[in-house]
Amino acid sequence: MKKLLTALLFTPLMALANGPELHLDKAPISTEPAALQNGAKLFVNYCLNCHGASYMRYNRLQQIGLSEQMIKDNLMFTADKIGEPMRIAMQRDEAKAWFGAAPPDLTVISRSRASEFGSGADWLYTYLRSFYRDDKRPTGWNNKVFENVGMPHVLYELQGEPTAKINEHDDGHGGKSKEIEIEAPAKPGKMTAEEYDHAVADLVSYLVWMGEPMAETRKSIGTAVIAFLGLLFVLSYLLKKNYWRDVH
Amino acid sequence: MTTKAQAVLDWVDARFPLTSSIKGHLTEYYAPKNFNFWYFFGSLALLVLVIQIVTGIFLVMHYKPDAALNASGIPAAFASVEYIMRDVPGGWIIRYLHSTGASAFFVVVYLHMFRGLLYGSYRKPRELIWVFGTLIFLALMAEAFMGYLLPWGQMSFWGAQVIVNLFSAIPVIGPDLSIVIRGDFVVSDATLNRFFSFHVIAVPLILIGLVVAHIVALHEVGSNNPDGVEIKKKKGADGHPLDGIPFHPYYTVKDIVGVVGFLIVFSFIVFFAPEGGGYFLEYNNFIPADPLKTPPHIAPVWYFTPFYSLLRAMVWPLFGLDAKFWGVVAMGAGVVILAFLPWLDRSPVKSIRYRGPIYKSLLTLFVIAFGILGFLGTKPPSYAFFGVIPGAPVAQLFSLYYFLFFITMPWWSKMDKCKPEPERVTG
Repeated sequence: MKKLLTALLFTPLMALANGPELHLDKAPISTEPAALQNGAKLFVNYCLNCHGASYMRYNRLQQIGLSEQMIKDNLMFTADKIGEPMRIAMQRDEAKAWFGAAPPDLTVISRSRASEFGSGADWLYTYLRSFYRDDKRPTGWNNKVFENVGMPHVLYELQGEPTAKINEHDDGHGGKSKEIEIEAPAKPGKMTAEEYDHAVADLVSYLVWMGEPMAETRKSIGTAVIAFLGLLFVLSYLLKKNYWRDVH
Repeated sequence: MTTKAQAVLDWVDARFPLTSSIKGHLTEYYAPKNFNFWYFFGSLALLVLVIQIVTGIFLVMHYKPDAALNASGIPAAFASVEYIMRDVPGGWIIRYLHSTGASAFFVVVYLHMFRGLLYGSYRKPRELIWVFGTLIFLALMAEAFMGYLLPWGQMSFWGAQVIVNLFSAIPVIGPDLSIVIRGDFVVSDATLNRFFSFHVIAVPLILIGLVVAHIVALHEVGSNNPDGVEIKKKKGADGHPLDGIPFHPYYTVKDIVGVVGFLIVFSFIVFFAPEGGGYFLEYNNFIPADPLKTPPHIAPVWYFTPFYSLLRAMVWPLFGLDAKFWGVVAMGAGVVILAFLPWLDRSPVKSIRYRGPIYKSLLTLFVIAFGILGFLGTKPPSYAFFGVIPGAPVAQLFSLYYFLFFITMPWWSKMDKCKPEPERVTG
């Protein structure tokens, strides 16, 4: 009981002192080609209209198991040459007028969204599953993770239209704290809740891969480098020991 | 050596001190035989300097110091870093070596400086080595600060904005000084270009010059050792110190072990955790610089945070001057005071091995204070330990201790109950 009281006493203090806590779901991301390919499809169809990925070239998609022809036929809608980066046609100043802020480039978004609360993938995975209907917003959408975001729920045809119950209560310091509880869509979209989570996981997997396409190469080179250095360490130690035999 | 090769060597030696330099600095430079783990970090600092210079040369080949937006609305500088990361063959490895190298440099240098504190390496006759060392540290901070602007991410931009603004707190010349540093009224393309110039040419030249002076001064007086006794006092019949061994081959082979050990740790970060948990590459810096969007929390990179805490600890205006000015004074003094260490320490012995309990406990507390100041520097001022102990007064307390450690040293270092130093090194 005493423990509980202490905990209750300190919890609000902790929240006050260290900023709002952000609860993120762990993203079940994958590096499997099938997941990345599905993610790439979703990315090109749903994201790459407003968001560019201007450091990402189409031909790099060969790395996730697609042929040049497959990329050209299925994924290249706005570019002519396979070596071009994923640019968009929308003008930045117009985008700003429409959404309040120009949609950010998504090439390295997964790297920038990491924080003490979780990885960038966790943030994106939670964010894309936290949209809800809000008539007060110009787009008709709001988001629990990124409040008053300019982006509408572009995946709603897949997920359906979630709503939210918002409980506001006085926090005892003259302000109001808000609790948002997202409720499942009354009418599901093209996907069930489970399928939707899976699709978002694939999309996030793709975003993570795109953020650093050489990450897997990096790790495999790293293993070899460290194995080599480990061997070199033993040899250099033996060399040192041999030279130092006569030092007393 | 064949007679022909000897003839070539003689020809060179008659015109350039080749053989004598190799002898003086390597084969006949007598170093104490009892160097321990702490003595690896000098040669490692040199290694990291070389890594930074070599990787830097290659980065400059594709990096563009240009704040103008490209067709996709991304600043060219930021885009060029991603170009290096993605489209330049091997570019990512060069960039990660450089970004990890920056943090590694400070890790190694902090440990190298701590070694000096442990064994009194700054004491007579090595005062100048230490002074050159603190100048190297100062140059390194300038180098790191200016280099951090170059990727032109949010933290690059706002970090530079905050730090350059500090100079404006200096009375009379401050506002103009900060404009001169920026080359503009705000951090802009002009700032980026001059920081690029300083980072790539000016500061490295100074740094290399100081490193040469540091090593020349060291080789003039000879190395200290964990016992803090002068090996030159006891020489053998051959005129060489009895406790000394030639640097080459003994310490070259030993330093190779240190180098490989270091490279294992370094490679582990480069290949498996290049972001260093957000401390080596800050997450916010993957967002291009946006002068219209201030990040909620601006923290300097980890190696500046102890000094950043000293700065933030000053919250009172004094003598009609802004608290900000006194913060700048505290931060500057925090670095400069190191240079006075040789004259603040009045202990009869050099090494911690023979020092008394006062030095041992105060130094331990100093390390704790430095660590906690560093930790708090990464957090917003509102941070509280476990949500209950407010960080700001803790930082102020430890800042006070940081300075008291140095200022009161002349008294307590004399009072300390020291053990007698041995005649010879103890191994």
